[in-house]
Amino acid sequence: MLAAAAQYLVSGLTVGATYGLTGLGFTMIFNTTGIINFAQGEFVMLGGMMSVFFRTWLGLDLFSAITLAVLATAVVGAAMERLTIRPIQGASPINLVIATIGVSILIRGAAMLVWGKDTFSLPPFGGTAPIAFAGAAVQPQSLWALAITLALLTALKLFFSTSIHGKAMLACSCQRKAASLMGISVARMSLFSFGLSGFTGAVGGAILAPITMTSYDVGMMLGLKGFAACILGGLGNPFGAAVGGLLIGIMESFGAGYVSSAYKDAFAFVVLLLLLFVRPSGLFGKAGVERV
Amino acid sequence: MRPWHARNLSRAGLFAVALFMAPLFLPNEYYINILILGAINALIALGLNLLLGYAGQISLGHAAFFGLSAYATAYATTRLGLPIPAGMGLGVALSALVAWLIGMPTLRLKGHYLAMATLGFGIIVNIVMNETVDVTGGPSGFVGIPRLALFGFIFDSDRSYYYLTAGVLALAALFSLNLIDSRVGRALRAIHTSERAAQTAGVDIAGYKLFVFVLSAAFAGVAGVLYAHFLCFVAPSSFGFHFSVQLVVMVVLGGMASVWGAVAGAFFLTALPEALRGFEEVDILIYGAILVSCVMYMPMGMAGAASGLRRRLGRRRGGGAPGAPGSEEGGHAG
Amino acid sequence: MPDSAPLLRLSEVSVRFGGVSALADVDFCIEKGAVTALIGPNGAGKTTLLGVITGMVAAQHGRVELDGADITALAPHVRARQGVVRTFQNLEVFANMTVLENVMTGRHALVRYGVADSILRTPRFRAGERACREAALEKLEFVGLADKKDILAGELPYGSQRLLEMARAVAAEPRLLLLDEPAAGLNTQETKSLAALIARVRDELGITVGLVEHDMDLVMGISDAVTVLNFGTVLASGDPAQIQANPDVVAAYLGG
Repeated sequence: MLAAAAQYLVSGLTVGATYGLTGLGFTMIFNTTGIINFAQGEFVMLGGMMSVFFRTWLGLDLFSAITLAVLATAVVGAAMERLTIRPIQGASPINLVIATIGVSILIRGAAMLVWGKDTFSLPPFGGTAPIAFAGAAVQPQSLWALAITLALLTALKLFFSTSIHGKAMLACSCQRKAASLMGISVARMSLFSFGLSGFTGAVGGAILAPITMTSYDVGMMLGLKGFAACILGGLGNPFGAAVGGLLIGIMESFGAGYVSSAYKDAFAFVVLLLLLFVRPSGLFGKAGVERV
Repeated sequence: MRPWHARNLSRAGLFAVALFMAPLFLPNEYYINILILGAINALIALGLNLLLGYAGQISLGHAAFFGLSAYATAYATTRLGLPIPAGMGLGVALSALVAWLIGMPTLRLKGHYLAMATLGFGIIVNIVMNETVDVTGGPSGFVGIPRLALFGFIFDSDRSYYYLTAGVLALAALFSLNLIDSRVGRALRAIHTSERAAQTAGVDIAGYKLFVFVLSAAFAGVAGVLYAHFLCFVAPSSFGFHFSVQLVVMVVLGGMASVWGAVAGAFFLTALPEALRGFEEVDILIYGAILVSCVMYMPMGMAGAASGLRRRLGRRRGGGAPGAPGSEEGGHAG
Repeated sequence: MPDSAPLLRLSEVSVRFGGVSALADVDFCIEKGAVTALIGPNGAGKTTLLGVITGMVAAQHGRVELDGADITALAPHVRARQGVVRTFQNLEVFANMTVLENVMTGRHALVRYGVADSILRTPRFRAGERACREAALEKLEFVGLADKKDILAGELPYGSQRLLEMARAVAAEPRLLLLDEPAAGLNTQETKSLAALIARVRDELGITVGLVEHDMDLVMGISDAVTVLNFGTVLASGDPAQIQANPDVVAAYLGG
């Protein structure tokens, strides 16, 4: 009994780490630009897929392939901002939402064109020998995933609180006009936030790929669950998003284990809908999420 | 009767004539299918256009309403043995009811939250369609739906089905035009522009948003029952996120506050896969490219481009501002 | 002779935004048939007070009464239907509709036909639209915009847009019209016309007017009563002469 629960907990935390990183990406872009980036999930997909292909096409070792993939996705994120978001900055919210949807479809379409519809996987980071924990068999990959996520979160926290660029991004999130009057280039922060979200999303994709397969269309589901994580933690709170992701992962895992695995994907969305109806400000969110 | 009151009627009438004559231009009977599906999609697009273009609300889950009514009529006419009109009525009613239930809490949310909520809703419905195999037949679909028959007449030829669907579409277009051209339409456009100003004019914002949401679901419901009794088969794969996005593309491409734009967008995007036959690898890419280009370069869609062209040719009076989507459909105050 | 009961009465209204108190225990009245101005330095809480009256801002404490009836719990659009209508400091005309359509929309609550009538074009629809259009034209003539009725509202010059908002507001035939800084951005000539128009709204249309303004010439020239707000509380109330002579008011405006 306990063993099963521990197993669900571990697998939930593992996939939850990716949801959390995805949610973090949403939050960073939202904080700096006020846009919800529907293409966030595609950044996660690219992280996994590009890692696979840098490894097989370029013959790189796992670590280099992932590093390259993550950086490349950051570039994709920045390019997206510069080419498709910046030109229509003043557009109505609906048009902005549709633009990000369009980019997400575009990225997915390009992925399908380049890589086809097959599924791929990465080798696990630390070998396959499971580690025993409370009766559960924990894959080393899970530990790696959690460790990398923790490291990334710590780095980001330091970045936001100590570096001037990080503080500038936070300033934009609180008061864009004031930030701009203080000499912060909002445009550059916008670009940077998209790049950084690409980076974190890709890391999430790369750590998940060894556990669940990756293919051209995993982006949408991951993106949506990441958004649910973001809402659960409170839109606007980056670390709330991370916690929200872990919670969603655990809920999904326990739901699949104890209730029904067929409806596994539905759990995150049911949670999302309930949250939006009842408490859109989430667990730790800024109040004043707008209701009409 | 003042001339402008009859304007919508004559336009819808011309539209019906054009639709009825369309089959004459087809190279062979196969393309009637495309026309039928195009008309069905146009029905949904009309409703979504009212929601998105006039009331300014986003739905990324409209495929769910289309699918719910299709399955409802399928189930009702086969398992429950109900007559087809009853099944169809049930289907439309179900879509409208679910929209009402979902709409009440959701429409209080702002733009992107609403988008996500409708998207999540659509996905949940699609998962349920796939999993409740006893009711829906699961991923392999629901077979054996009877072909539509009304008052003893069976629409077994594709031509006859097309004329029926085209007639329904023309009627729906007339309804939309009439609605837009009334205090309801003004209230919707007001909500889209400035909710505060709409409130002070006495417009019940939440009520109108819910109304349009339910109405757009009803349009999708009508489309769904026509679809089910045409193909005689439905499967969850037709009612997923991919289709919901296609619907939004139809409306955006057509021009978000234009009845004719929505119809044109629907027919265009229904025909596009035919044109892309042999290009299956790039169809998703092209959809994405269309969406992005449209938002960036043609934010008013095909309808906006058309009226912009007309303006430049000097036939519009006064020259409207670029941000005047409603001027074509509703701005005939005189 | 003023009526004994005020048309609008706010009692002990307090509003807090987070930790900031925007209004503290405010009592405020608007007498029927008069022009009442609400003035005060920036940040005094005037716009918040307008929001409380129209229902767009929730008060943590206090009561709003319209002609003796408690409207505190009513939603903004319901209050509008009860006769409380406002204009906006940052113009909110419906830019994608024509001038005439804007005013017809203002009349929304008075037009009596439903969705079915719209779709089916019933006689009730036609009668309703005709009446709405005529009333709207009348209001456009009242403000002097009738010749521009078919122009898109977004294309009007600024001063005309202000007039349009006024026309849209009076088309609702309100009991109380609240004007939020109607003179903002107007030159002296336009402000004079505005003053005359406000007087006509009071005298010819019989509408009670509440006015939030910074332009003192306009305020003192047109108002029957003035209330001064400072730091979220009422500083003074009276007729224009009394207010101008009040040393506290002068001090509040000059700072200190």
